[in-house]
Parts: sequence; C-alpha cells; structure tokens
Amino acid sequence: MASLDDLKKRIASVKSTQKITKAMKMVAAAKLRRAQESAEKGRPYSEKMNNVILNLSNGISDKENAPKLLSGTGQEKTHLCVVMTSDRGLCGGFNSNIIKKAKSYFAKILDEGKELKIITVGSKGNDQLKRVYGDKIIENISFKESKNANYFDADKVGKMVIEKFEEGEFDVCTIFYNQFKNVITQIPQAQQIIPLNNEGEEISSEESYEFEPDEDEILSNLLPKNISTQIFKAMLENSASEQGSRMSAMDNATRNAGEMVDKLTIEYNRSRQAAITKELIEIISGAESL
Amino acid sequence: MSEEFKVEIVNPEKSFLVKDDVSEVVVPAFEGEMGILKDHISIISFLKPGIIKILSKSGDENYYVEDGIVEFKNNNLSILTSTIFNLADMDKSKQQDLLKQAEEEANKTDINDQSKYLADQKVEVLKTLN
Repeated sequence: MASLDDLKKRIASVKSTQKITKAMKMVAAAKLRRAQESAEKGRPYSEKMNNVILNLSNGISDKENAPKLLSGTGQEKTHLCVVMTSDRGLCGGFNSNIIKKAKSYFAKILDEGKELKIITVGSKGNDQLKRVYGDKIIENISFKESKNANYFDADKVGKMVIEKFEEGEFDVCTIFYNQFKNVITQIPQAQQIIPLNNEGEEISSEESYEFEPDEDEILSNLLPKNISTQIFKAMLENSASEQGSRMSAMDNATRNAGEMVDKLTIEYNRSRQAAITKELIEIISGAESL
Repeated sequence: MSEEFKVEIVNPEKSFLVKDDVSEVVVPAFEGEMGILKDHISIISFLKPGIIKILSKSGDENYYVEDGIVEFKNNNLSILTSTIFNLADMDKSKQQDLLKQAEEEANKTDINDQSKYLADQKVEVLKTLN
C-alpha cells in the first residue's frame, strides 16, 4: 500500500490535471461558439455558389466540351485525397475519425489498382498518415499561424489543387473532413470535388438564365472558385468539429479526474485512520505491559 | 407598384449585406458596367474589379470588389464575392495598401493574360478612387 505521502502527492497531481482539462474545456467552449457561428455564416455563400453552378451546368449545351473540372478527364486512374485535420491534439476522436475514414478509402483505391496521392492539411493528419502512406503524401500544409479558418488559406489549398489538376497529376479529387452536427456528434465526410458530382441534386427552378459572357466562360471562371469555396466550407466545419470534439473530450477528462480524486481521498483517509489506530494500539499495549 | 427589389451580398465568411429597398444597382460586370433595375431578366454574370453602386431610398452606397458572381432572379440580386470593402470605411492607407498589392501583381511577368488584365483593372480602379 502506498504511503500517506505518496497518496497526498497523487491527489495533488490529479487535481492539477483536472484544472488544466477544465480550463481547456472552457476555452474550447468559447471557441466553439465562434467557430459554429462562422460555419453558419459561411453556409449561404457555398449554397448560393452550388446553386449557380447547378443552374449553369444544366444550361450547358455542349456536354462534350464542358470544362474538365466539371466533367472530369474521362479516366479514373489517379486519385488525389485532401485529408483535412487539426494542428492540435487533445480533441478526442476528431483526428482519428477522419484518418479512419480516409484509410478505408485509400485501401479501396489501392485494391482497385489505382494510383493514390495524398495532400494533408493540418499536422496531426500528417503525423498519423506518414507511417503507412509516407510515400504517397505529395504535399503537407498547415495553418498553425492563422487563428481562425479564413478564406485566404482555403484559396491557397484550392489553387494548389487546381494547378496539379491542370498539370494532369490526378483525375479525381476527394476531400476528407468532419461535418459538425452537434457537440457530441461529428460525422467524417468524404466529398468528391473534381469532377463535380451533382447527381441526385434536383434543380430548383426551370427558369432559364441569360448569361453574360457565355456559359462556358462563366463556368471556367466559376469552377476554380467553387473548389476553394468547398475547401473553405470543409475548413469551417472542421474547426467547429474540432472545438466540439475537444470540449466533450475535456469534459470527460475533467469528470474522470474528479472520480479519481474522490477515490484517492477515501483511500488516503482510510490509511490515515489505520495509522492512528495502529499507534493507539501500540501505546495501550505498551502501557499494559508496565 | 414599387420599383424596389432585394439585394444580398455574401462573402465566404458571412452574409455581408442585405437590403430590400433598392431601386438600382450598378455592377462592374466582366464585359462592362451593368445597371440592374427591377424586373430585369434572370441573369448570371461575373465581376471584374470595380465599384458596386447601390441606390436606394435610405441612401446610396458604394463598394469596392475585386471579383465575384452576380445572379439576378425573381427580383432577387445575389452577389457572391471574396473581397469587398465599403468605400465609406476605406481610408487612404487601406487604399494605398491595396493599390500596392495590385501593382505588384500587375508587374509580375509570369502570369497569364487574364490575370494580368484583372490586375491592371484593379490598379486602374484604385487609382481613380484617390
């Protein structure tokens, strides 16, 4: 059995850990509110963008010559996966969930004998993937310096993806991120952004539009922007998910630490009393023998 | 019948501006400035760097944009843009910063004709603001 001193030290250490996790929870809760707000504010833009593109792609007459970003290269040989994770740890299953989703997708692609290329956004994803898929990772980006997800960063990633597409480095591009549902639930998502996958989405109106300049030119200008927008949306969802996940993880940790302190305190009191009783017995039996 | 329609400007971060008493909007469309009044035909177009003018009962407003898409449908005008500034909030130093950036971009030699054109446009517009 541990000595009284040891128990005291352990209680103190668990208590200070609890303080840290509690503080982290508070910070995550405050950040979550902000992240959630900006995720909600960012939605109209990507929705509108999607709408316009839907209208445009339905209006396009010459499907054969449609921009490659929309229709694809006609093959499916090389897949590019953009795996978006956080830069910090201590956020529960947040990163592992994305990685798990991504890994099962990778395995499927490799089984089919296709080529795989990976871009990791965020250092945690890179850490977890580089052991197994190190040779497949072509680029690793991290935005440690920027406090909040901003469009400028997303645009950088988007431009890079488009550049690689134009150089013919891949045929299909998929992004992986966590969709924020609520504080306890985040759903890992795989979304294909090149070629654009519009199947299953119904066009809202039959109305025809006037285009100025013509459809092709608008589309070829719009599609690259849409890539950045989709990536930005993923970043916003991700940052809300990260904070939510961290908040619930830290909440659990705080509660566990509390339980541990209780248990240790009982053990401490018990052994203290045992020591006192032992001393009393020694004194009494000493007095009796006189 | 009123001659007013609704305009909504969104940027990636948030819904930037919503106004429903607008009588006319002038946007710098890619092929020249375009004035939009009520009951305009449904149109999609995109923007080049320039000034958006919004005329309404509650006063006129001017915004500087660098790019974007306009969609007009059922008397709803949506403008999607990634960079927008209210001219009323823009002071000299901000303007100079933007101008410097645009000039740097325009002086690059390794860009294609279209980005060169857009950068030149930016410089031109920003210079006229002075």
